[in-house]
Amino acid sequence: MKQNNSGMTIIVKTIAKLVIYFISVFAFYITLTGHLTPGGGFAGGAIFAAGLTLLLLAFGKDILLKKFNYSKLNIADSLGALAFVIIGFCGFFFASAFLNNFFFKGKVFHIFSSGQILYLNIAIFVKVAACLFSILLLLSMFRILSENKTSKEKEK
Amino acid sequence: MEIILISLLAFMIIGAIIAIETYDLLSSVISLGAIGFALCIVFLFLGAPDIAIVQLIVEILSLVVLLKLILKREDKDDTVNYNNFSIFSVIFFTGIFITLAYFFLKEIHKFGNIFQTFNKGEIYSYYISNALEKIKAPNIVSAIILDFRGYDTLGEATVIFTAILGGLVLLRKIGRKKDETK
Repeated sequence: MKQNNSGMTIIVKTIAKLVIYFISVFAFYITLTGHLTPGGGFAGGAIFAAGLTLLLLAFGKDILLKKFNYSKLNIADSLGALAFVIIGFCGFFFASAFLNNFFFKGKVFHIFSSGQILYLNIAIFVKVAACLFSILLLLSMFRILSENKTSKEKEK
Repeated sequence: MEIILISLLAFMIIGAIIAIETYDLLSSVISLGAIGFALCIVFLFLGAPDIAIVQLIVEILSLVVLLKLILKREDKDDTVNYNNFSIFSVIFFTGIFITLAYFFLKEIHKFGNIFQTFNKGEIYSYYISNALEKIKAPNIVSAIILDFRGYDTLGEATVIFTAILGGLVLLRKIGRKKDETK
């Protein structure tokens, strides 16, 4: 792999490469068992965004900006919100009211139980993860531009 | 139990005073982080692990953002000049808050005592007794925020969506470039 000088030292990069998988799996676990144990879509999405922030701090902005740009994050953000509203309108059209829980409810303590809660958790996960990480990317990009601006002012 | 809670709350209040009054921005941000982690422990003692997880993660994220912003800047916190109007408004609104809190906090159930004063007519008794049977969700908090109170979560999602739209408008590239050419 090509070495680059952006980001932190090679120790931090190696640890971040190992740890990011565990953080992602924990985020998915928190999201998918949100109706059984403490947690849910918001907590899982925030944990996933924190893992991506670890990558952002360890490897620098340039590598992450190649893989994630704002349009992709915006599409994920809007898809999460759209999925939430579509699930709500499913309740409106196939049952009596908006966000009516008409899905298959199964047995207690099973993964596929409690109707719409699992699907709404997944929608909130996509939305919150994209949203928090795009805010962090925006702030880091803002810092680059302001630094360029101050260096130009110093040259003048 | 209550002694731990009271000592944690006193720690948070002392941290808040330090965060406001100190002149160094870095120590202000660090004491802000201490307040957040103490709040996370308070939520754990109160039996709300859902909110404790979210509080911990959001505290870490906001601490990272604030530290990244603070460490590159060298300016210090300005001193605030208190004038008569600000002192008067602080005393006025604190008085209103204390007067209203005296009347409303008397109506709340005693701390840690909710099942002894379990009233059949109130709405939370319906949630507690029906979440497992009707929704089949063992996590009652999840059943409330995504089924009984689905509109609330939709509003929360809308708030985050609006926040990111505002961030995009304020920090977008095109506006920055126009600003630089002036």
